[in-house]
Amino acid sequence: MAKDSVKDIFKMGIWDDNPIFRQIIGICSTLAATNLMKNSLIMGLGLIFTTAFSELTVSIIRKFTPKHIRMMVQVLIISVYVIIVDIFLQAYYPEMSKALGPYVGLIITNCIIMGRCEAYAQNNPPLHSFLDGIASGAGYTIILLTIAFIRELLGFGTVFGVKVLGDWWTNWTIMVMAPGAFFVLAVVVWVARSITMKEEKKEEVATS
Amino acid sequence: MIELNPLLIFFAAIFTNNMIFSYFLGMCSFISVSNEIPTSLGLGQAVTFVLTFTTIANYLLYHYVLVPLGLEYLRFIIFIISIAAFVQLLEMVVEKYFPNLYYALGIFLPLITVNCAILGVSLFMVIRQYTFLQSLAFGVGSGIGWTLAIVAMAGIKQRLKRAIIPKGLEGPGITLIITGLMALAFVGFSGIVQIQ
Repeated sequence: MAKDSVKDIFKMGIWDDNPIFRQIIGICSTLAATNLMKNSLIMGLGLIFTTAFSELTVSIIRKFTPKHIRMMVQVLIISVYVIIVDIFLQAYYPEMSKALGPYVGLIITNCIIMGRCEAYAQNNPPLHSFLDGIASGAGYTIILLTIAFIRELLGFGTVFGVKVLGDWWTNWTIMVMAPGAFFVLAVVVWVARSITMKEEKKEEVATS
Repeated sequence: MIELNPLLIFFAAIFTNNMIFSYFLGMCSFISVSNEIPTSLGLGQAVTFVLTFTTIANYLLYHYVLVPLGLEYLRFIIFIISIAAFVQLLEMVVEKYFPNLYYALGIFLPLITVNCAILGVSLFMVIRQYTFLQSLAFGVGSGIGWTLAIVAMAGIKQRLKRAIIPKGLEGPGITLIITGLMALAFVGFSGIVQIQ
């Protein structure tokens, strides 16, 4: 495992093992922040930062942590980084911090970070863990942005706050509301699954 | 902040501001543990129970320990520790004094620590500056709302077992679409009460 090349780590995190549509974890905060692309981007960057540094820290101290309290240690490490993100947002982007509300704090309970710390950082050297954190976070952010793109375009007719659809466009209010998020995520999962299933079929044919 | 009647908050937390349908909290277990009605009812009860007590504990901790000391920024750590500790404590007490309940809830208790709805309620309580009674009503209401959602979901999923679903949509995909439809139905309640 320790010999994973950088490319492999990124490929795993972004596509093969993508936290959202392959493992369906960490979607609480995914959906809440996807009404606008700006929110999703900030949320995604916060998650990349937290995952990468938590994995780095967990990996560095992995040999000194007694096995039975490692969960608690991981939660504490994650909380520390989330607090840094929260304070940073409050200081430099106060409106952003208000718009995201409790969801920044909820990064702590985002299963992706715990999952990666437990599955990867526990058994791998610090640098690899750090990259794995960035990759998983990036995979998460890409999905977040895709969903936000669809929702913002259909719901407001804008992309990153810039109007792209003309006056003829009638906003789909449902996309801004909660149900829209569920539908869009379902469609994204559906598309991604169909593609991976086709790939697997091809591989089966090739090997037989 | 307008003073809201706790009873109003209680109903709002169940219907118009449902944890799952409007805040997307507690989705992980909502998707994976909603296959049978009795199991989801058990989990729902456990969540409601924990939610009620952690909201009280976190309210007291925040207002009587963190605020006087000026340590509000530590709230994430304190809340998550208090939730984890409470779940652990609850597990021990229930095992000792209510063995029947323990066997009914047993496996769900540890799962609850990572349920985002619990931490979410505590954070909402701080952000919205609720008083003690309001927090209590919000905690209990959110728990009941969550239970309602997961039990309804389990009921629908049981009917769905024999339905023909496109291959890529099986499992989480179809669950999300149903959740979307249910959320749409719950939007209908939004005229009754609104809390922000």
